[in-house]
Amino acid sequence: MLHQKNKGWFASMLANYGMLIVLLLLGAFFSVVTLEEQQPAGASGARRLARELARPSKPGARALIVAGESREDAEFAAELARRLQAGGWIVADTVRGQPAEAREALARIAGSGAGLELVAGTFTTARWPVLEEAAKSFPALSGMKSAWPRSYRWPNFLKSDNLLNIANQIAVIAIVAIGMTLVIITAGIDLSVGSLIALSAVVCALLIRNVAGAEQASTAGMTLCAFAAIAVCGVVGLFSGAMVAAFGIPSFIATLSMMLVASGLAFIAAKGQSIYQVPESFIWLGRGTLCGLPNAVLLMLLLYAGAHWVMTQTVLGRYLYAVGGNAEAARLSGVPVKAVLVAAYAVCGALAGLGGVVMASQLKSGAPTYGQMYELYVIAAVVVGGASLAGGEGRVLGTLIGAFIIAVIQNGMNLTGVESYTQKVVLGLVILGAVLLDLLKRRGWQWWRRRSAAAPGASAEPISAAAPPPGQGAPTAEANRDA
Amino acid sequence: MDRALSSTPPVSRGMTVDRTEPPKPLLLEARGLLKSFPGVQALRGVDLELRSGEVLAVLGENGAGKSTLVKILGGAHPPDAGTLLIGGRAAHFHTPVDAQRAGVSIIYQEFNLIPALSARENIFLGRERSRFGRLRKAEESRQARALFQRLGAEIDPEAACRDLSVAQQQLVEVAKALSLDARILVLDEPSAALTTPEVNRLFAIVRDLRAQGLGLIYISHRLEELFAIADRVLVLRDGQLVGIRAIGEVTRGQLIDLMVGRKMEQEFPPRAVRPGNDRLVVRNLCRGRKVRDVSFSIRRGEVLGLTGLVGAGRTEVARCLFGADRADSGAIELDGRPLRIRRPRDAIRAGLALLTEDRKSQGLMLGRSVRENFGLPNLRRFSRLGVLREKLERSALARYAASLRLRLPRQDELARNLSGGNQQKVILAKWLERDCEVVIFDEPTRGIDVGAKFEVHQLINDLAARGKAILMISSELPEVLGMSDRILVMHGGRIAGELTDPTRASQEDIMRLAVG
Repeated sequence: MLHQKNKGWFASMLANYGMLIVLLLLGAFFSVVTLEEQQPAGASGARRLARELARPSKPGARALIVAGESREDAEFAAELARRLQAGGWIVADTVRGQPAEAREALARIAGSGAGLELVAGTFTTARWPVLEEAAKSFPALSGMKSAWPRSYRWPNFLKSDNLLNIANQIAVIAIVAIGMTLVIITAGIDLSVGSLIALSAVVCALLIRNVAGAEQASTAGMTLCAFAAIAVCGVVGLFSGAMVAAFGIPSFIATLSMMLVASGLAFIAAKGQSIYQVPESFIWLGRGTLCGLPNAVLLMLLLYAGAHWVMTQTVLGRYLYAVGGNAEAARLSGVPVKAVLVAAYAVCGALAGLGGVVMASQLKSGAPTYGQMYELYVIAAVVVGGASLAGGEGRVLGTLIGAFIIAVIQNGMNLTGVESYTQKVVLGLVILGAVLLDLLKRRGWQWWRRRSAAAPGASAEPISAAAPPPGQGAPTAEANRDA
Repeated sequence: MDRALSSTPPVSRGMTVDRTEPPKPLLLEARGLLKSFPGVQALRGVDLELRSGEVLAVLGENGAGKSTLVKILGGAHPPDAGTLLIGGRAAHFHTPVDAQRAGVSIIYQEFNLIPALSARENIFLGRERSRFGRLRKAEESRQARALFQRLGAEIDPEAACRDLSVAQQQLVEVAKALSLDARILVLDEPSAALTTPEVNRLFAIVRDLRAQGLGLIYISHRLEELFAIADRVLVLRDGQLVGIRAIGEVTRGQLIDLMVGRKMEQEFPPRAVRPGNDRLVVRNLCRGRKVRDVSFSIRRGEVLGLTGLVGAGRTEVARCLFGADRADSGAIELDGRPLRIRRPRDAIRAGLALLTEDRKSQGLMLGRSVRENFGLPNLRRFSRLGVLREKLERSALARYAASLRLRLPRQDELARNLSGGNQQKVILAKWLERDCEVVIFDEPTRGIDVGAKFEVHQLINDLAARGKAILMISSELPEVLGMSDRILVMHGGRIAGELTDPTRASQEDIMRLAVG
């Protein structure tokens, strides 16, 4: 019984989010392709090395840490010192810099006569010749071992930095795709989101420069500017929605117009220039982190959680599906169809505005060239995520998966060194393939087989000699059934 | 051949002299047709034979497998098992074109015509007569005219199909079938959207085609039609063949018994309601040429029948009342309070409900679940501060599923996957939950099987018994007569007359008013 239930849950998960499998397969593929020897470095390398090192053979054993000059090496040295001390070692010294400095440190220790058990360094520093030959140069240090973090095999794709990078790269598109999902569920489309990203970025940066005090702008000031930019985009979306709802203008046309209008306005407002007079702290939203996660990714996840809740648990969500599923039936059931439509486009516009603010923050400037072609990636994310352009079907979380599929493909190809023009070709084909796969899954493989079988099986068989002449066949159905 | 020749004569000679005419050639033979869809065994081994020059009626409740049978014959679905012989040859249809090539044409309830194209263009669609890539319109036109003449129809081949009446569009479909040299013609509920004179014309054409040696399969819910047109009746129940009868050897009651598998005492449930005061009062309702100065009232507990020929303006009256279309003028009162209805939302708030004639395009979101369809007008009740309370919704739907005998595998089943009767029950349930004071039924039992029909009628009576005011639009005169307390007959957008005592009225009385 439990098994049955689990199977049902699994099946429904598959049916609802079948694209998840595509995402996982892509991830697995790129994991295999990017499998490489990894040299641990930085704090994580230090932790790894500390785990590998045995406890000192006698209490009070002394260790020397040797690291290079980079920031990563500084983190390595600091972390390793902490770990070794916690493990019972005495850190005699920490060298950061050139081999010459390491030689000086060794000389100092040898001179002091305190002895040295261990020299610990990174993959590079631990193998400096000066260290390898230390036992010969300084007989006092003959018992010394040297150690560095052991290398291991791990896919570049699956490194946590890379995964976070993927999430960060797709955050803007994913955020905008939420709004697009709502619009597509109502059987519409919004082509203006790319331009709205630019408009929002420009308006936000412009307001910060001209009103909030340029580089000296306060946090509150910047927040207000961001909300103003989002509001402007929301109003543009509202306008598109009103055109669609009130006059029945096809959404394709209404939003195509607004795409041109918004893009033009962005260029006019920015005078065709980038606006970069923003405070350093402006990058908090786009590049800052909280508990190791980029703020943009956190924002994206929060928005998805909220949107999923709205679409599944609220009256508004029901209305959106109803309007897309059958607008006339919805209207005759008392759904305020026009208001729902306007709301969908307004939310979509506002979320595009938010996407623009995030992008401006990531790039620490606003320019009217931002977001070009983004509408297409956003639509692709929604469609790959399983929404139907005919309306009434689609899930917000599906869109998130769709966005990640696009991000993973791009990232994976970057890692494997595929040229950017080739990337476009592959991306296009993968989007097509993903949607085709979804279609097959929904209509069933039967449909596919029947189509392919139609050609050879269609021809009628020739009359066989054994066929009874008309009227003399098997007993009629009446005789059989009426008895 | 030898075997057949030697064995037949002695047998017949030994029999009593019962031979009439030699059996006509067998056009179509099906053996053991099986078809299942996810969750449904639609056909469980159906055999059938169709001879040249006969009309075979296929009868069955909704979900009995009629549509599936039609679709297999038409090549829309291949059967899972079983054989199909056309003129003695095994046929494997993978697409509708295969079926057409073999001489089988289907005329579906929803026509396959392109509205913007002319009758001629539709007839020759995909088989355009051309020479060196240039269309030979005159040739096509001549052939189309000849086809229409053969059907005794006066249709301009160049008229766009969207400008033709439903009956004319149907004839365009028939003409198309004839142009394909169809030997077997399947008519799926052909009379559903036709008025009585149009049905009579259709019958004349069917008889004509039969005389020309075609084999016709006629699918209908209307028993009286079968007695007028069919030679044999094949009855399906739950995907199984339950009987084939010659029409002269069977009664209406027997057919109903076969279909439902139980006895039907009477076709309409008894009424025990005495109408009270006026509840809904409509004065001088006007909208363009379709609704002209319509005034009427419905009393507490009354079922007011509204009938007339198709196009008389019945549905338009309902849509104006409900705010689906804006009325030009007129006043509506409910329990003495004037109502201002500008959109359906206003009407629903005021306590009106409209069950539309066309369930698929106006009543349901086919791609959404039954539960969502059911909840749509009731979300105020099933939510708090805009947040859904699914439990309430689920339990309410479960209640209706039980009381309406709604056969539902699960509440999240897509509305698309339900049979017509069950779809209508979902729509009924959603309005029952809304507890409206005035319920407008537009063709409440169209396309519904006999058993479900009875249940719907019972429900209408229950609503009336609870003091609701019911407006029931129907083209089926027995239904109008059997269900209504009063009958209004429309003609040309006006109320042509009122029959205050349906028990003493006849179908002829209604028709006299309806034709103006």
